[in-house]
Amino acid sequence: MSSRFNADDVPQISPTFRLQWEEAQGCHVILYPEGMVKLNPAAGEILKRCDGEASVARIIDQLKAAFPGAELEADVYQFLDTAYENQWIRHRRA
Amino acid sequence: MKTNGSDTGAPKPLWLLAELTYKCPLQCPYCSNPLDIARYRNELSTEEWIGVFREARALGAVQLGFSGGEALVRKDLEILIAEAHELGYYTNLLTSGVGMDEARIKAFKAAGLDHIQVSFQASSEELNDFIAGNNSFQHKLEMARLVKKYDYPMVLCFVLHRHNEDQVEQILEMAHALEADYVELATTQYYGWALHNRDQLIPSRAQVEAAEAVAHRYQEKLKGKMRIFYVVPDYHEERPKACMSGWGSVFLTIAPDGTALPCHAAGELPGLTFPNVRDHSIEWIWNDSPDFNKFRGYGWMKEPCRSCDEKEKDFGGCRCQAYLLTGDAANADPVCGKSPHHRQIVELVEQADILSEPGAAPLVFRNMRNSKRLTADKWPKASGQ
Repeated sequence: MSSRFNADDVPQISPTFRLQWEEAQGCHVILYPEGMVKLNPAAGEILKRCDGEASVARIIDQLKAAFPGAELEADVYQFLDTAYENQWIRHRRA
Repeated sequence: MKTNGSDTGAPKPLWLLAELTYKCPLQCPYCSNPLDIARYRNELSTEEWIGVFREARALGAVQLGFSGGEALVRKDLEILIAEAHELGYYTNLLTSGVGMDEARIKAFKAAGLDHIQVSFQASSEELNDFIAGNNSFQHKLEMARLVKKYDYPMVLCFVLHRHNEDQVEQILEMAHALEADYVELATTQYYGWALHNRDQLIPSRAQVEAAEAVAHRYQEKLKGKMRIFYVVPDYHEERPKACMSGWGSVFLTIAPDGTALPCHAAGELPGLTFPNVRDHSIEWIWNDSPDFNKFRGYGWMKEPCRSCDEKEKDFGGCRCQAYLLTGDAANADPVCGKSPHHRQIVELVEQADILSEPGAAPLVFRNMRNSKRLTADKWPKASGQ
């Protein structure tokens, strides 16, 4: 699997974006200057765990615990790459 | 606002634009504020603005723009930012940078401000300061650097018109050197002061084509480093812009005196009641007021819009432009090639092609003195103002 992220990488939301739950939209959203992207539930679940503390492996563990039986590893890496390309997340800097 | 995904249910005022004051240290002749800015003296108080933010947030507003005039003129800006942040807004300060310094940028950060957009008038000091009507270029550069230093996303905005349209390459080089995250190459929108000065501002077709080519070249060249938003000048097009993403669909503007508008130029339209937040709740204004329902949906449309298969894409264009150029706000935006009034727009652009030198009328700068002069007929005779 080729991803920009390894299991022990720690992703975090980029400082120029903001993630929050929007009650009126009923979903997580990414906010940036004068704009908003609505996230689907899976994307919201992944991004809210990108807190600059948890590694990708830990995030996947958390998701497996929250959604037992789901085969989600490949999807998580794929979405993290998408989020990275959109500059929503970056690798935590040492 | 750029959104993804499908919208369901009733429209929500996702984008709240708070025009805190019409006072401004700059005098840009392309300003889209109304000509009668001098009449707006009765500004909303701090508490009244906070009430507006609270009510709009409850209706789903999430992006909040602090604008004007120059929002920095308001001494309570730090308080307003802090309250808006507390309510969960993404807060945007749209500013000339004049009236800002490092201490204030720091205070805004502490209050929770998310983003500062600094506008420049040009990439050269001489032209910038001529258009702005003051010596602000060096200060703006310093403010842009401080925006970066304090980790805000840096958005630079340039409003293009005949006098700076040929500078797009220098503008983008300057933005790149300042490490901007986003650059907005905005086109002058012909409302308010800009409409008054239109003959002096409208660029030629050759200028627009050259600027567009440069913008696209830099979009490729700086991909992944700097996002460049190039707004196509609608006068030079055959299809209208999807103005405000549709009337009463996403945008809510509150003028300094509390007048609520579906866009910042709608104050020029006749037949509206202009509900004020001092008299009505935001909920009533957004959901129930005649103004915000007037051009919602498609029922108000006439031909050629009514039967047009693109109406759901562009909503018939801009109501204000339809009114200002055809006399009827329910007509198709004359920018559209299907409008029977389209010839007017073509002629305006052709005229700009001919006018290589500024014509007879001088640029009129946006200031309170000119506002009073131009709108003298709107002033009560015995008011003594």
